[in-house]
Amino acid sequence: MEEVDSESNNKDGVSEVAPALIAVHPLRSSVAVALGSDLRVFDLLAGCAVSLVVDDSVSGAAFHKDSIRAIRFGANGKLFVSAGDDKTLNIWSPLSSSSWRCISTVSSEKRISAVAISNDGSYVCFADKFGVVWVVDISGFDTNQPLLDKRPTPLLSHYCSIITSLEFSPDDRFILSADRDFKIRVTNFPKKPLNGAHEIQSFCLGHTEFVSCLAFFQAQKYPQRLLSGSGDSTVRLWVISSGALLDTCEVATKAGLLEANGSGKAEDHGHAVTDLCTTLDGLLVAVAIQSLQGIVLLSHNVSAHTLTLAKVVSIEGEAFVPTCLGYSPSARELWMITGVSGLPGSSHPSFARIRVISGIDVEQDAVVLGDDKIPGGEKLLETLQGTASVDENAFVAAAEAVKTAMCNLLIKKQYSSENRESRKKTRNDRKLKQ
Amino acid sequence: MPETEVKSTFNKSTGLPRKRFYRARAHSNPLSDSHFPVPISPSHVDYSLHFPHFFPGSSKKIQFADIGCGFGGLLISLATLFPETLMVGMELRDKVSEYVKERILSLRVANPGQYQNVSVVRTNSMKYIPNYFEKAQLSKMFFLFPDPHFKEKNHRRRVISPFLLDEYAYVLEVGGIIYTITDVEELGDWMKSCLENHPMFEALTEKELEADPVVKLLSSATEEGQKVARNEGQTFQAVYRRIVPSDQTS
Repeated sequence: MEEVDSESNNKDGVSEVAPALIAVHPLRSSVAVALGSDLRVFDLLAGCAVSLVVDDSVSGAAFHKDSIRAIRFGANGKLFVSAGDDKTLNIWSPLSSSSWRCISTVSSEKRISAVAISNDGSYVCFADKFGVVWVVDISGFDTNQPLLDKRPTPLLSHYCSIITSLEFSPDDRFILSADRDFKIRVTNFPKKPLNGAHEIQSFCLGHTEFVSCLAFFQAQKYPQRLLSGSGDSTVRLWVISSGALLDTCEVATKAGLLEANGSGKAEDHGHAVTDLCTTLDGLLVAVAIQSLQGIVLLSHNVSAHTLTLAKVVSIEGEAFVPTCLGYSPSARELWMITGVSGLPGSSHPSFARIRVISGIDVEQDAVVLGDDKIPGGEKLLETLQGTASVDENAFVAAAEAVKTAMCNLLIKKQYSSENRESRKKTRNDRKLKQ
Repeated sequence: MPETEVKSTFNKSTGLPRKRFYRARAHSNPLSDSHFPVPISPSHVDYSLHFPHFFPGSSKKIQFADIGCGFGGLLISLATLFPETLMVGMELRDKVSEYVKERILSLRVANPGQYQNVSVVRTNSMKYIPNYFEKAQLSKMFFLFPDPHFKEKNHRRRVISPFLLDEYAYVLEVGGIIYTITDVEELGDWMKSCLENHPMFEALTEKELEADPVVKLLSSATEEGQKVARNEGQTFQAVYRRIVPSDQTS
C-alpha cells in the first residue's frame, strides 16, 4: 500500500510539469509563447515586446495563475486565446503592436486542455479535463470593447476522457476532438451551437495510443483531409466525412528512432508524436516526436493519398527536442520551442528555447537558423526565452520530464495483479468472505 | 484440471451455468480505467468468434445491442424471436459477462441451430460504443433497468445522458429504436426527459408501442424485470425512435 502512495505522490510532482507552447500570428506580425502561467509576446513588425493589459473593465479578468495548456490565434489574427490549469480562458485582442488587451475572461468548472476558434471568428470552443467541449459565442465583438459576461455552454462530450486537441475544419462545418482513448470524433458544427452539437459525422479510429495532435492542411484545396499524431508513434491521414484512414506513417521508425521490427514498442512510450504543422501548399508536414532532436518532414502525396518521409532535420549542437511547433505561411518558417515549467528539483524550474527553420518548402533546403539570423533577433529571444543561460543537462531533464508527464496523463496506469488485489481488500464484499 | 470441478458450476439437469458461481457486485464503476481488450474499430470486431455459425461467410452485421445486458434474459428471448438478426449484449462486470457467455454456449448445445445469433462482450459501453458499431449499424438498442445513480454528482455515470445520446444516435439507423425501462421513477423521468429534449429522437405513439412485440419483453424477459414483477413494483418505460434532426437544430 505504501508503495502505491509514494508512487502517486511522485507522479503528482511530475504532472505539474507543463511544456512550453508557441503560436505564430497567421500574418506573422507577432509570436506568442506560453511558459507555465507566463504569457510572452513579441511583435515582429515593430520589433519589440508586447505588453499584456488586464484592466478593470473586464470583470474577473486576471493573468493566468497556473500553467497555460493551450494558446491559439484566430484564423484572421484578430483574436488570441490562452487557457489552462487555472480553469480560465482569456481572450486577447492583438491589434495594437505595443499592447494586447484582455477583452474577455471565461471561467470553466474544470481545467482546460484544448482550445479552438471557428475560422469565421464567431465561436471559441474549449475542452475541459472531463471531456466536455464548451462553446462561447463571440460573434460581433468589437476589438475596442470588452465582451460582456460570456458564459460557456456545453457543446459535446467524450465520456470521461481527456480531450487532447480541438480543431475546426477549414470550412467550419465540423468540429474535431481527439482524446486519450485513441479516438477522433468528427461532429457537425451546428448553426446554433448553443443548443449543443448532436450530429456525429464520423469517428476516425485506428490509433493504438492516445491521440496527441490534429492538423488540417492550410491549403483550402483539401478541406476533407485531416492529419493526426499519436502516442503510438504514427502520423495518420484521414478523410473526415467518412472517418476513413488513408495512410499510416510510422514516423518514429522512419526517422530511425525505433527498430523496424517494432519489438518492445508497446512498453516504450518514448516516441510519441507531440505536434504537427502543415505547410501552405499542403505538400509537407512537419512532425515533432519525443526524443528526436529536430523534426521530421513528411511529404504528402495528394493523388496517391500517402505520407512518406521527406527528411529529418536535425538540430546540431544542443539537445533540442521541440515541445510545440508554429508555422508562418508567408515566410515559410517553422518556429519551434522546447522548454518546461515546474521542473522539480532543478536550478532552472522554468525555461524555454526557440529555434526557427526557414525554407520549409518542397523546392528549398530547410535551414536551421542561428540565433543571430532569427527574425526579431536578440530582442525577440530575450523577450520570449528570457536571458538566463541554461546548460545542456537541463534540456535533457526537461525533455524527460515532459515525456513522463504526458505518459502519466494520457496512458492508462498498469497495476500488477497483487497491487490490484491489495487495493480491493477494504471492499465490503471481500470482508464478508473472511 | 479435474473435469468434475469445471462441470460443477453447471446445472446437472439443464446443462446451464449456475448463477451462484457468477455472483458479482451489483454496481461497477463506469469511470474507471479497466484493462479489457477493446477493438480498434468496428472492422476489428471478430464476428467469427461471436457467431461461428454464420462466420466466416456471411456479411451480416450486429443489429441489436443490449447495453448492460446483466444475466442476459432479454437477449435469450430476442434470440428466438429474431433468429436471423445478430445481436450482442454489453456488460461491464466481468463475472456476469462470463455467465452470459456460458449460458449462450450451453443453450447452443442444448438447442442445435438456435441461439447462434446472440453473443456477449465485456466492455464499458459508455466509452467504447463507437469501437464496436459503425454509423447507423444498429436498429435497436436496449437499456433495461440501468443503475439509477441517485446522487447528483453521480448523474454523469448514468448510461442515458444528453451527451451519450449523441453517440447512440450515431450508431442507430434512422428509424432505429431505443428502449429504456426502470423501476426507479426518478430515473424514468430522467431518461424520458433526456430523450424528449434530444433533437434526434421522437417518442413512439401508443399504437406503435402496442404493435411492437419487443415492448412486452422489456418488463417480462429480464431477471430484473421479473424481480420487480414479483415484488409488484412499478416500471417506467421510454421508447424512442431515431429521427433526422430538423434544420432548426442542426
